[in-house]
Amino acid sequence: MAQSQDNTHEPVAGRAPLIVGGYDFRSLTEAVAEPVERKTPIGWWLFFLPSLAMLGLFGVSIGWLFWEGTGIWGLNNPVNWGFAIVNFVFWVGIGHAGTLISAILFLFRQKWRTSINRAAEAMTIFAVMCALVFPGIHVGRVWVAYWMFPLPNQMDMWPNFRSPLIWDVFAVSIYGTVSLMFWYVGLIPDLATIRDRAKTRIKQIAYGVFALGWRGSHRNWLHYERAYLMLAGLATPLVLSVHSVVSMDFATAQLPGWHTTIFPPYFVAGAIFSGFAMVMTLMLICRVVFKMEDIITMRHLENMAKIMLLTGCMVGYAYGIEMFIAWYSGNPYEQFAFANRALGPYAWAYWIMVSCNVITPQLFWFKKMRNHIGWLFISSILINIGMWFERFVIVTSSLHRDFLPANWDYYQATFWDFASLIGSFGLFFTMFCLFARFLPLVATAEVKTVLPEADPHQGEELVRVVRGGGDAAAAPQAAPAGGGGA
Amino acid sequence: MRLPRLRPRRPVGEGPDMGLMQLDVPEASGGYSHYGVLARFRTAKELYRACEAVRDAGYSKWDALTPFPVHGLEKAMGLKPSKLPFVVLATGLGGAGLGFGLQSWVHIMAYPLVISGKPLFTWPAFVPVTFELGVLGAALGAVLGMFAFNKLPTYHHPLFRSPNFARVTDDGLFIAIEAWDPKYDDQDTAEFLSGLGAAEVEHVPIEDPADDGDGAEGA
Repeated sequence: MAQSQDNTHEPVAGRAPLIVGGYDFRSLTEAVAEPVERKTPIGWWLFFLPSLAMLGLFGVSIGWLFWEGTGIWGLNNPVNWGFAIVNFVFWVGIGHAGTLISAILFLFRQKWRTSINRAAEAMTIFAVMCALVFPGIHVGRVWVAYWMFPLPNQMDMWPNFRSPLIWDVFAVSIYGTVSLMFWYVGLIPDLATIRDRAKTRIKQIAYGVFALGWRGSHRNWLHYERAYLMLAGLATPLVLSVHSVVSMDFATAQLPGWHTTIFPPYFVAGAIFSGFAMVMTLMLICRVVFKMEDIITMRHLENMAKIMLLTGCMVGYAYGIEMFIAWYSGNPYEQFAFANRALGPYAWAYWIMVSCNVITPQLFWFKKMRNHIGWLFISSILINIGMWFERFVIVTSSLHRDFLPANWDYYQATFWDFASLIGSFGLFFTMFCLFARFLPLVATAEVKTVLPEADPHQGEELVRVVRGGGDAAAAPQAAPAGGGGA
Repeated sequence: MRLPRLRPRRPVGEGPDMGLMQLDVPEASGGYSHYGVLARFRTAKELYRACEAVRDAGYSKWDALTPFPVHGLEKAMGLKPSKLPFVVLATGLGGAGLGFGLQSWVHIMAYPLVISGKPLFTWPAFVPVTFELGVLGAALGAVLGMFAFNKLPTYHHPLFRSPNFARVTDDGLFIAIEAWDPKYDDQDTAEFLSGLGAAEVEHVPIEDPADDGDGAEGA
């Protein structure tokens, strides 16, 4: 790490390199393929086995839930939605950063995304898997969970398409499907790389089947890149719709604390905020474990810290506006709900949320803190805790004291609530460990396109600038030494 | 630049070669001793120039094969833009129409249920699911359409017979000119490509060289 070149400063002439360490095409392939091809390191087991144990806990808690019913959770009469929905919203939110990195930054031509988009997309898929478990298991009578889908059935009944809950079923499951396709399309060329390097017959067949016989034909790349662009263009409005729809599960209810129009943008900003924190956590571990400090550089981490600062401020703004609107509305129920949120029985959760989500990212105003590995790691964990508490605060503090004081109660999570929360992390990390072990962690084919020698017009941009013609602004990054500087 | 010794041009055996079933090979089982000529270039810049030259020489059945998409190469190759967007538009509109139709049918005909005194055809409430299914249709169209245009999966291809060709997913930048191109000639085309600065030029056999022990690769 110490020898890594600093690429967080823009040089006077040209652009700072996106990846450092002097990689060429071949050494980049080596660096990415090596973790897939080497013997399983002990360090991997250190992450995998605890994750697997947590996943086992998930299985036990779900099994006990099916046997005993939702009574094993701390639900009570005003608080009918507990950890299950909190975890669902949390995990869907985590997924959003993956799509932001892979789709929205792609449309904005943010080329630094190439080093982290594969892992971020994988994270999206695993987070959506975790999220989808909870609506499936929280319905109580799990054997009729299929009622959520518009399937012809013996009762001749159909779901109510005017309800945000069914929008949610469509939004989240389609989001998972499209994310999976986007991820797989991106993987095809890299699977072909692993196939061509594979030494054993089993590997050749396993990777070969999924590589679909990819041979890098430019006639194929032409359609491939177009498909990738279209998927990015589709995933962008999709991801914005998903958390908006999730927020409408709450916003269309009459309950004070839920019934607000700010929810869709506020949920989307929070989702991206928490998702980037999770990408940060995973990348900080992966770049050390897989020795990829030169591919996932300080510049990537710093850019992510900047996005966390931005979305953290948006989330903080939303907290403030919620309070303001509650006061400004003149509605006593609304005013009570928010005073109760900050000062009532769940004030501890509210202030954990505010300190983690609003105060923590403020340190990212300082470049020193954006480049401080230790602080990046701590803050990413704190932000994830804070964002989990945000959903907890929204769900629980709004529900536990509604219009009639006679209904009031306090929601106390049980062992099984925590078991399903920890268990869902087990599912997430187990999947991520398997991904990091068996699939290329970095989108090699895409990173190769940002190497200076991948540009067929390398070194020609100066000529174009001097002639005053052409699209000098669109010229890809040149190596700092080779760049402009009249 | 020494070229490998070529085998005499002779028809490939009568039996159906499964590997060629999915290729655009006219009279797949006869007349061609090679799949074509494969040339490797050292840099993206050289490949780009070579592609321009191959295009200008009038070849039509040829391809550039690269580990990553070389941007702008379609211009040098003279390829037309992908027609995929039309497929995506069609499947996207199809998905959205299907979604809207399903919801309308459910609420007007299959299960008409009056909720809060609202009309049965509440189209604004149908927008989210219509949108999501439109996106699903378009995304499926993009992925499956791309597979169809690219003829994926194609697990078997003569180019894979070249041991050199494994570099195409690593650092190898290749041009392959196919033997059924009208302008193709075993010797001239190979010399043309090596004249463009290719690092290696080889003839790729059309059938498995292991079958007759007459491998023609290696330069």
